[in-house]
Amino acid sequence: MKKGRVWKYGDNVNTDVIFPGKYTYSVLEPEEMARHALEDLDPDFAKKVRPGDIIIAGKNFGCGSSREQAATCLKYVGVQAVIARSFARIFFRNAINQGLPALQSEEAVDSIKDGEEVEIDFSLGEIKSKKGVYKFSPFPESVLGILEEGGLIPYTKKKLEKK
Amino acid sequence: MGKTFSEKILGLKAGKEVHAGEVVTVSPDYILSHDNSAAIFKEFKKLGIRNVKCPQKLVIILDHVVPASSEQYALNHKTIREFVAEQKIQNFFDISFGICHQVFSENGFALPGKLILGADSHTTSYGAFGAFAAGIGRSEVASLWATDEIWLRVPETVKIEIEGKLPSGVFAKDVILKIIGEEGADRANYRAVEFTGNAVKEFSLASRLVLANMAAEIGAKNGYFEPDEKILQWLKERAREKFEVITSDPDATFEAVLKYDISSLEPQVACPHTVDNVKPVSEVEGEEFHQAVIGTCTNGRFEDLEVAARVLKGKRIHPKVRVLVIPASRQEYLLALKKGILEILVGAGCMILNPGCGPCLGAHQGILAPGEVALSTANRNFRGRMGSREARIFLASPATVAASSIEGKITDPRKFL
Repeated sequence: MKKGRVWKYGDNVNTDVIFPGKYTYSVLEPEEMARHALEDLDPDFAKKVRPGDIIIAGKNFGCGSSREQAATCLKYVGVQAVIARSFARIFFRNAINQGLPALQSEEAVDSIKDGEEVEIDFSLGEIKSKKGVYKFSPFPESVLGILEEGGLIPYTKKKLEKK
Repeated sequence: MGKTFSEKILGLKAGKEVHAGEVVTVSPDYILSHDNSAAIFKEFKKLGIRNVKCPQKLVIILDHVVPASSEQYALNHKTIREFVAEQKIQNFFDISFGICHQVFSENGFALPGKLILGADSHTTSYGAFGAFAAGIGRSEVASLWATDEIWLRVPETVKIEIEGKLPSGVFAKDVILKIIGEEGADRANYRAVEFTGNAVKEFSLASRLVLANMAAEIGAKNGYFEPDEKILQWLKERAREKFEVITSDPDATFEAVLKYDISSLEPQVACPHTVDNVKPVSEVEGEEFHQAVIGTCTNGRFEDLEVAARVLKGKRIHPKVRVLVIPASRQEYLLALKKGILEILVGAGCMILNPGCGPCLGAHQGILAPGEVALSTANRNFRGRMGSREARIFLASPATVAASSIEGKITDPRKFL
């Protein structure tokens, strides 16, 4: 459990503004992807974000392209979790597969403001701010296993080794 | 109780009875990837195994940046060619074939009742053939290459009933833009869409592909059409294996039924910077632009080039605009060439580029400068997508793009048709 500062954005934050298409085949290393995180939404973000910070957004976060770099760049720039009203389907999968928690909580989105410090308790399924405690929907077991291994690739690797 | 198409096909694949909301583990029939195959291969190598489990299921089509525009892209393609040779991948289509979704369809992989997963969000296109086709991410494809297994949630289904007859000068693109504008970018998130109604029965395959392709823009996992005689006929010479048509039961449970009558629809335009910011052309007429694009996996087929040529025949494009025409595939290119369509377009001042994704994702072939405006037949207009974040992108049908190219500003195409 680590405190993180909140960066708050609106609805329908798409993968093009999270990680522009022009970089999809030229920026290959995760650390380099991180430098472009949210570049076309908030050009200051990648420079100012601190490890452990949290993104809170409205509905349909990560809509658009299937590019997994949208999740990778957020993870490697140090984002601890993304909290939203809802996630676009492919981004949700990509986030989990990169070991980046994608949490749904209407209450947290309604109540928590930009710049606030919050804490996430994954075992209790709670987001804590100074003003309150907000529950997030727990992950199904299949998803939890992947998150615990730090992503789908290490998870699959372990599964293959067991066989 | 009856079942939806999605419940039936995923149940069949999972080998048990399933209902919407359940999570199943399944093996797909085909796994599509494109220029991202090199990045997927890099993840695959981390898994510590040598060989792809079912190489015959992989379909790799190079289309995103073709031919390579830099040393880095060239190296990317080279890595993929080496991987294809090493793993003995039979279904490999190098840079000269065209856009993956068109090439995949032409080569008979997109078949009714197949489960197709692709590392591209517009994999939904194959719903036009009655397949269950969904986009997934790179790690998932790498994992699929190794294990041939993936978990999927059985989606609820939203039925979209489209009735009426398309007015002259109005096209499938206008229909789907209207639906996206009304429903919003997340209406069908995590859900399946089934397109039905008398209007879509009249649609050509190319027009159905426009709807299935852009089902992704309302968040849909797949965009299904019940295959009819028109589709089965088209598949006769192309299907590469046997298939079984799977349809929703008449008494299946749909989460919602959305009804549209298109009889009095006017041409539609998606305005910057979201696909669901849709207005009738009458509200955006006069908007000046610098670059037009006629092509992409949404609208680069013969039918689209043909209508653009009908509009542009005997005309010249406005001197202040540049018009890029990109046939979706070599087959569509050849057909347009034989029928004299390209001659009309070139004569009017258009540039014909090689089949591929072109500037749609902002990687090459027509990047926008700050302050520039594009009018495109593509499926996305997000900020920065075609280059500068200070550029703006409008989306419309090939007819609207062609007509607007004559005037140098957004124009109702109906006066040219």
